[in-house]
Amino acid sequence: MNLHEHQGKELFARFGLPVLPGQVAASPEEARDVAASLGGTVVLKAQVQAGGRGKAGGVKLAENPEEAFEKARDILALTIKGLPVRKLLVTQAADIAREYYCAIVLDREKKAPLVMLSAEGGVDIEEVARRAPGKIVRFHVPLEGLRPYMARNLTRPLFPDFAQAAQAADVLLKLHRAFAEGDCSLAEVNPLAVTPEGRVLALDAKVILDDNAEFRHPEWAAWRDPGEETPGARLAREKGLSYVKLDGDIGCIVNGAGLAMATMDLIKHYGGEPANFLDIGGSSNPEKVTAALRIITGDSHVRAILFNIFGGITRCDDVANGIVTSLEESPLAVPLVIRLTGTNEEKARQILKDFGLGATTSMDEAVRMVIEKAQEVGA
Amino acid sequence: MSILVDRGTRLIVQGITGRDGAFHTQQMLAYGTQVVAGVTPGKGGAQVHGVPVFDSVAEAVQATRANASVIYVPAPFAADAIHEAADADLALIVCITEGLPVRDSLGAFHKVLALRGAANPGGRPRLVGPNCPGLITPGQAKVGILPGHICTPGPVGVVSKSGTLTYEVVKQLTDRGLGQSTCLGIGGDPVIGTDFIDALTLFEADGKTEAIVVMGEIGGSAEEEAAQFIRRHVRKPVVAFVAGQTAPAGKRMGHAGAIISGGSGTAAEKMAAFEAAGVLVARIPSEIPSLVAELLERRRARRRNGAAKAAAGAAAKSARRRGAGSRSRAPARAARRSAGAARPARKSPTRKK
Repeated sequence: MNLHEHQGKELFARFGLPVLPGQVAASPEEARDVAASLGGTVVLKAQVQAGGRGKAGGVKLAENPEEAFEKARDILALTIKGLPVRKLLVTQAADIAREYYCAIVLDREKKAPLVMLSAEGGVDIEEVARRAPGKIVRFHVPLEGLRPYMARNLTRPLFPDFAQAAQAADVLLKLHRAFAEGDCSLAEVNPLAVTPEGRVLALDAKVILDDNAEFRHPEWAAWRDPGEETPGARLAREKGLSYVKLDGDIGCIVNGAGLAMATMDLIKHYGGEPANFLDIGGSSNPEKVTAALRIITGDSHVRAILFNIFGGITRCDDVANGIVTSLEESPLAVPLVIRLTGTNEEKARQILKDFGLGATTSMDEAVRMVIEKAQEVGA
Repeated sequence: MSILVDRGTRLIVQGITGRDGAFHTQQMLAYGTQVVAGVTPGKGGAQVHGVPVFDSVAEAVQATRANASVIYVPAPFAADAIHEAADADLALIVCITEGLPVRDSLGAFHKVLALRGAANPGGRPRLVGPNCPGLITPGQAKVGILPGHICTPGPVGVVSKSGTLTYEVVKQLTDRGLGQSTCLGIGGDPVIGTDFIDALTLFEADGKTEAIVVMGEIGGSAEEEAAQFIRRHVRKPVVAFVAGQTAPAGKRMGHAGAIISGGSGTAAEKMAAFEAAGVLVARIPSEIPSLVAELLERRRARRRNGAAKAAAGAAAKSARRRGAGSRSRAPARAARRSAGAARPARKSPTRKK
């Protein structure tokens, strides 16, 4: 789960990172009230999960509550990289003398958290990585954890005096705790700002949580934003399906992530365009099949649907029953091609046959068939 | 021969009283695997499909001389199950469970590594998974959830991040008459106990394996590292496939690890890395069997030629020449990786290629 800035800052604040006070507003009136209660100059920041918010006009300063009202109105009317702005974060403004970058991410190959620190903050770090990779300091956190002396040694060369370096080291230690105990896949502060008075502040927060750890973080439920999800994505999450919408016209329902990706690749290989990635998972609950069909048929671009099932734990007859049940409830408006092989394949074939459906055993053949059908529908 | 599991595998099923654990215990028994014990804390004394259940792995090992474990316990408890198995001195720990937090997998990984020693790929314990289908040595033993009937004994070693895609390819290999030495699903999580390089090291050292199929997918850089390793240290022919050629950036494709981030981890990069390492890359799964058949044929032809030349007295000379060349410059990593495996160093004059 990717967190919004205000959620990330909430997490950071819990672990004692220096974030400025602020509050979320969903209307110009709320923004005005928050600005009034904070006092002084405030920053209004669009809460969308997209980079380049500033350039898109989604971050503005307001010197008084009335100005906050007007600028909030402008920002709430924006759509940034396809995402409509529905909420703002209103926070105290800070004077910035210098901007740094700091982040912790899991290094999969080294099997350790990786601390990244740079004096080139406030800009796109991937740009820095391309232009001047030497300007990013990298440090793998050892098994015993990040120690204060390690953090000091990392920050000291980058900051002009010891006091600031010590503050930054403290930020690193707290960020590491937030990363580890908070089950984050990424915890990033960009910019980590230094004020003219020498205060070190976390002015932004980008956090990605490890979804697998949700069972021990009941507090995450409050952060899930149903308004952000498309109906298809929500249904998929509720039913435990992995679903990613794509731009093509061939809907595919597959068991297993690798096979699902390979199915998409094969569709493309034979000249078609997949409409989605959809993995119904290892078990073959007919309910999942029904939900999968509902998600796919909810995509108006879909011109034909392919089932690709390799029965292992998944039983082909369960999938066949799911298909038949779904079609009895709501017949399909587009052609359907079914490929089944593996556990209980014969039973499945009989179930489908009794319902007037055929099935092939070859994946290549099924993919070629579904592309042909989609083209017929399109013509 | 084979890798990791065979007729001598004496298996414990952790989580044997659960739905998945019980079902797959039955499947593994039916395949002929020696399932000697089950473990579910609090259910000691029970039996599942005739297999005695113990309260702890330590008790099960003491009573049955088990040497391997397969884990079906739910995700919140799975890491603990790995630690328990590692502390009970089992040689092989296969974690089928999906959905472990990365933090838990990291802890389990480092625990197992610390017990085994970093420079000892053939040593114990070895962790496979989590979030994997397990492994099967056709005709001998299956550990996990791979369907046994699609496999047949033979010379092809298969290693894959995927489950059902592996079944697909293994079935196509079998249909083509290409049997397998061992099929190993390493799992699609960001942190896994056994990676491609470990599997390649084991297959390279295995006398039965004559060709290797590597099936990767988008995300991370394990395929690129495998390609580097193959170029330097694997002399058996390798065919690779990478799933997710059409996957968009920034979206997690089912597996927790399958995500293209910051423009890296794409299928195109991985395929290019394999090609640069001299590995044949299949564009689609159904190309794999014919590529394997071709490579096996070439390898066998070379060996026949080699034998003929040896008879003519030419082989030794050529081997000396090559022995002084690139292979002997293999970096320290290779030595570390292969130390503890069957062959300590590549000094044999009987070349395999």
